[in-house]
Amino acid sequence: MSEKRLIKVPTMAEYAANGQEPEILFWVGCAGSFDDRYKRVTRAFVQILEHVGVKYAVLGTEESCTGDPAKRAGNEFLFQMQAMTNIEVMNAYNVKKIVTACPHCFNTIKNEYPDLGGNYEVIHHSTFLQQLINEGKVAVQGGESFKGKRITFHDSCYLGRANNIYEAPRDVLAALDADLVEMKRSRANGLCCGAGGAQMWKEPEPGKKDINVERAEEALGTGATIIASACPFCMVMMNDGVKNKNQEDNVKVFDIAELIASAEGLN
Amino acid sequence: MVDNLIFLVVAIIAIGLFVWQIRKITKNINQGYDKSLADNPAERWNNTLLVAFGQKKMFKRPWPAILHFFVYVGFLVINIEVLEILIDGIFGTHRVLGFMGPVYSVLMAVNEILALLVIIACAIFLVRRNITKVPRLATGVEMRAWPKMDANIILTIEIVLMLALFAFNISDLKMAQLAGHELPGAFPISAGLIDLFGSDHGTLKTIAGFGWWFHILGIFAFMNYLPSSKHFHIIMAFPNVYYSKLAPKGKFNTVESIKHEIKAIMDPSYQPPAPALDAAGQPIVQRFGAKDVEDLSWKQLMDAYTCTECGRCTDVCPANITGKLLSPRKIIMDTRDRMEEKGEHPAIFKPNHYKEMGVERVKTTDENTLLRGYITPEELWACTTCNACVEACPVNIDQLSTIIDLRRFLVLEESAAPSSLNAMFSNIENNGAVWAFPASDRFNWADELYVTVKN
Repeated sequence: MSEKRLIKVPTMAEYAANGQEPEILFWVGCAGSFDDRYKRVTRAFVQILEHVGVKYAVLGTEESCTGDPAKRAGNEFLFQMQAMTNIEVMNAYNVKKIVTACPHCFNTIKNEYPDLGGNYEVIHHSTFLQQLINEGKVAVQGGESFKGKRITFHDSCYLGRANNIYEAPRDVLAALDADLVEMKRSRANGLCCGAGGAQMWKEPEPGKKDINVERAEEALGTGATIIASACPFCMVMMNDGVKNKNQEDNVKVFDIAELIASAEGLN
Repeated sequence: MVDNLIFLVVAIIAIGLFVWQIRKITKNINQGYDKSLADNPAERWNNTLLVAFGQKKMFKRPWPAILHFFVYVGFLVINIEVLEILIDGIFGTHRVLGFMGPVYSVLMAVNEILALLVIIACAIFLVRRNITKVPRLATGVEMRAWPKMDANIILTIEIVLMLALFAFNISDLKMAQLAGHELPGAFPISAGLIDLFGSDHGTLKTIAGFGWWFHILGIFAFMNYLPSSKHFHIIMAFPNVYYSKLAPKGKFNTVESIKHEIKAIMDPSYQPPAPALDAAGQPIVQRFGAKDVEDLSWKQLMDAYTCTECGRCTDVCPANITGKLLSPRKIIMDTRDRMEEKGEHPAIFKPNHYKEMGVERVKTTDENTLLRGYITPEELWACTTCNACVEACPVNIDQLSTIIDLRRFLVLEESAAPSSLNAMFSNIENNGAVWAFPASDRFNWADELYVTVKN
């Protein structure tokens, strides 16, 4: 019988108090901290971090919105306020390397923070998980078997087109030994879930159809029973799209970290 | 001799007119603010070779790409013959490059085959536009009367120019045959059609002369038509790709003036740099974001002159696909129209103006600015910033950067964001989160979290 251990998630402040620095800062993001569905992804990712024994920490209550949604919505002023405040905090802790499960946080910290004085090595959790699997630190066994299950991956715009990361999440899914199927619009031609550019926080403009429904139809058309995503907003949109088509009992949306934690038997 | 003089005068007028138009366009583009894009020349040349010369992004859609490739290579190679025509015309020589022997033969043969392929490709393009009506070419708010006519004019002219070339070659070849001497060069297609115009020397001479003059005058006319047309892309594609964005597509530019303001707020001892001065020595006050064309960079304006209205951007836009008003192609076409309304008229004639052509299907206002006068907030707020348009553009136009600059003006200068976005802004300001949760709850996700210990 395997036993369960209570996790005490370490913070940067605790490391600093002991005069130490972790190897990597896990940037949780607003969705990972507050959205009930995505909190499960955060927890799954922390289980993986604990399992492989990497020295990590989070900012905890010192973390604040990256400012990304404000920037996409045109509010450059608010974005820069947020960014500079976060940079001050992270530079004070001498942060060097950041991992995050949110492509939007990933993109803005990696690409837009350097102009404002924040220079870090930033990796998305898909790349991080890919490395763990390649290094054999995660065996992807001992838990739920996904063998033969039909999975389709929905590309996040801010991971894919924005940063050319297409293979890492697919490599992670390949480790599940599942039946991976592609949607017609995938990789560089992937269709947005509809949440980007701050659409997440507003009603769509008038039109014929919601974008997430269009995308969910495409995903359901592959016959997959699992839609894998790697972005909190894609997850919300795809979930809603699947519900719109009354398929929520047959098709589930999971983040790649949840699938790995589950296959590894960590939950 | 008189012929040569007439030709010389025509050539000078045509080239002069073209230069005059190019200067107007340069002036229009310079309405945009200055921005240095001279970094990383090696990477820029690499992009230019792959994307502009190599047509790399065209091949995302193979069939139109192959047909377009024929027309493109045809354009490049046939220009060598145009050079010969220019020399022949000015100095009264006949096929002056014939001295190159076998090289000339290969050149002429390739030329003829390409000319035929150009005719076939243009004919198929006409069918796609007018008969099978490929949606991205036939529909869309911005595809009003002029863009459709423009496309048909271009394709027809290209076919006619190639036919004129064949008329010249066929009759030239037949006259040489009748005179019993050999024409320099090889003409695989004209040779097969050598008897098309009969064997009367006078008729043949007339046809050859007519074909020759028509071809070269057609080229001069076409050259001067370019600045009024979407076909201007044959020139602009190259500099536009060279100066296109090198950073990851997800990186939106940093507004420097805001950066200085915030640094000054956070650190009272911070000294922002002195503002740039205009020609009269007055500080240049720049708006936050873009309301009109002068608030965009010269590169964003150059984008507008590069657009060939192929609609690949609009065709992949998630907002457009689901019936929203936004069409990235319209954003770019509007920018060009507004630039010409506000600045110079590059054209001999004035075909491009939005409000003068077709039914207005987007509810614009009478404001004399790009924002609202051409592009409405509803279009801007439909964008998901997914970069599909930018990815799709064969000539590296950055539609998204213009959309974001227009949004910035709405938000920063007019506080005119949709109310739900304003709520999101206040949440970030008040509790550092996009939703209305207290910052003190940010770490609650970590409560009661267990991991299975594996041996």
